[in-house]
Amino acid sequence: MATRIISARFDDPENWRLERYRANGGYASLEKLFSMEPDAVIEEVKRSGLRGRGGAGFPTGMKWSFVPKNVDKPRYLCVNADEGEPGTFKDRQILEKDPHMLLEGIIICGYAVGIETAYVYVRGEYDFPISRLEHAISEAYDAGLLGDNVAGSGRRLDVYVHRGAGAYICGEETGLIESLEGKKGQPRVKPPFPAVEGVFGCPTVVNNVETLSALPWIIGHGADAYAALGTGKSTGTMLFSISGMVERPGVYETEFGVNLWEFIESSTGGVKDGKALKAVIPGGSSSPILTAEEARNVSLDYESLQAAGTMVGSGAIMVLDEDTSVPELLRVLLRFYAHESCGQCPPCREGTYWLYEIATRICEGRGRPDDIDLMLSVCPHMRGRTVCVLADAAAMPTESYLRKFRHEFEALIPKDPPPRRLLPGGVNPDEARAL
Amino acid sequence: MENATGARFAFTPDNEARFQELLRRYPTKQAVILPALWLVQKQSGWISLEAMDYVAERLEQPAVEVYSVVEFYTMFLTEPPGEHHIQMCHTLTCTMRGCESLRAVVFDELGIGPGEKTKDGQFSFEMVECLGSCGTAPMMRMDDRYFENLTPAKLRAILRACREGRDPVEAAEAAGA
Repeated sequence: MATRIISARFDDPENWRLERYRANGGYASLEKLFSMEPDAVIEEVKRSGLRGRGGAGFPTGMKWSFVPKNVDKPRYLCVNADEGEPGTFKDRQILEKDPHMLLEGIIICGYAVGIETAYVYVRGEYDFPISRLEHAISEAYDAGLLGDNVAGSGRRLDVYVHRGAGAYICGEETGLIESLEGKKGQPRVKPPFPAVEGVFGCPTVVNNVETLSALPWIIGHGADAYAALGTGKSTGTMLFSISGMVERPGVYETEFGVNLWEFIESSTGGVKDGKALKAVIPGGSSSPILTAEEARNVSLDYESLQAAGTMVGSGAIMVLDEDTSVPELLRVLLRFYAHESCGQCPPCREGTYWLYEIATRICEGRGRPDDIDLMLSVCPHMRGRTVCVLADAAAMPTESYLRKFRHEFEALIPKDPPPRRLLPGGVNPDEARAL
Repeated sequence: MENATGARFAFTPDNEARFQELLRRYPTKQAVILPALWLVQKQSGWISLEAMDYVAERLEQPAVEVYSVVEFYTMFLTEPPGEHHIQMCHTLTCTMRGCESLRAVVFDELGIGPGEKTKDGQFSFEMVECLGSCGTAPMMRMDDRYFENLTPAKLRAILRACREGRDPVEAAEAAGA
């Protein structure tokens, strides 16, 4: 049974309008919200077990509780709507189909943490979602849900849309903060964490769109009802963007704890054109790949996917059929990371570039016998050695593609490679290496 | 610099009003750099060197800060795009579902490859990384909107509609999924 919390109103084509959202039960949580103490709201969110849906899966209530209480500075909320992880297209659905649900979540977070200004950082290409969100914000101001007296509570809250300009790295929370401040989106060294010193040097909460959108239901129905859904430390439901070689790609919601492949098959109708399943990328481009057999035998939740060596990530499931070339997909994946590396850390800037170069020559039939091992030897020098996790996000899937589908790479590498081109001055590179 | 036009840039009165509103939204002037650059690009279609200097001056920022921001973000265009600017996604799902054949269709219809512009200035074309539309792959962004579930036939219909001055959205719908 599909449990729908976030996507409950997606089928109503008029739900993006305030009037309809209210008729559908929207903004009903606010009365209860303002009857609670802000700290009690934080406790409620902690008890719900809600975790960040942007990719990292950090417990939301705990993140809020890191914001210091006695600092004489404004506090900010940055809503992460940068949605850049390849395979992910679920936040866009929320912005287009239920923008007031997000605003209601922003009001809840603002009240709990004592925030008066929220910036929604939306990726620059999302013109239509931005127009829907701006429309919703203007309706909310007109209805007194935003502004200097939020729903009659005496609280102030301003919400502004801040448009990104095409940089994956701005989905990383400190990259986002740098970008919001008007700089290149190069992530910061942590600590200090944003909760203590974020945007404009002030305490800042950075939450994903879907994370905030779960709050109205949690406040409305109570943390216990939310925690009763799902399994173990994976409470509630999540939106999954399912794409690739399936019959009906799309955004589907489920409770955690279902079988991964059964969920994909029942939602999308299975592999396109009756082909055989080759592999599943379960949590966005940064997550290690699962073979068909692994995908059929794993439960869709944080703990199970972690035990299987991969992750829930942003819930972006990509399905590979028998005809999909894993080496070609790795080449495309590495081009992405090489393009999106912000360039400040050498292991990432150089590592992604060289992995892409090597994957390209393998795909073009110019691979060398030791190229697979060469790539595998580069990856550990990228993981855990940089300011942010972009390098890890490139290295982890690379290792899994190479290890689990090594035969596909080997098949592309010529058995008798042509002699290596000599370096300037007639130096043989292999001989030079031995010197 | 190659993207100098020799002509001074200034906001139109409407954009000046928007700029003033932006200044009220942020506690620092530096934070207005990105939104101001978006205003420039909306107004001119691209961002010239003079426009960068203008933004720097209006926000009291070193010009080099503005240059580096423009350079960092792929959506800021430092030369005039075609009348129709095509951004075709070529990341994971779009690759699986056939973006390479769409790229061939663009070349066949328009005679241009990635990074090029038609001689008449009607089209410019680039391959870009994931646009968050993987459920409707392959896809492209053109004229500030998404064209999804593309097929070679649908793409041809869209490009021909643009060339003949018809609505590409209607052409896409008529060509079906």
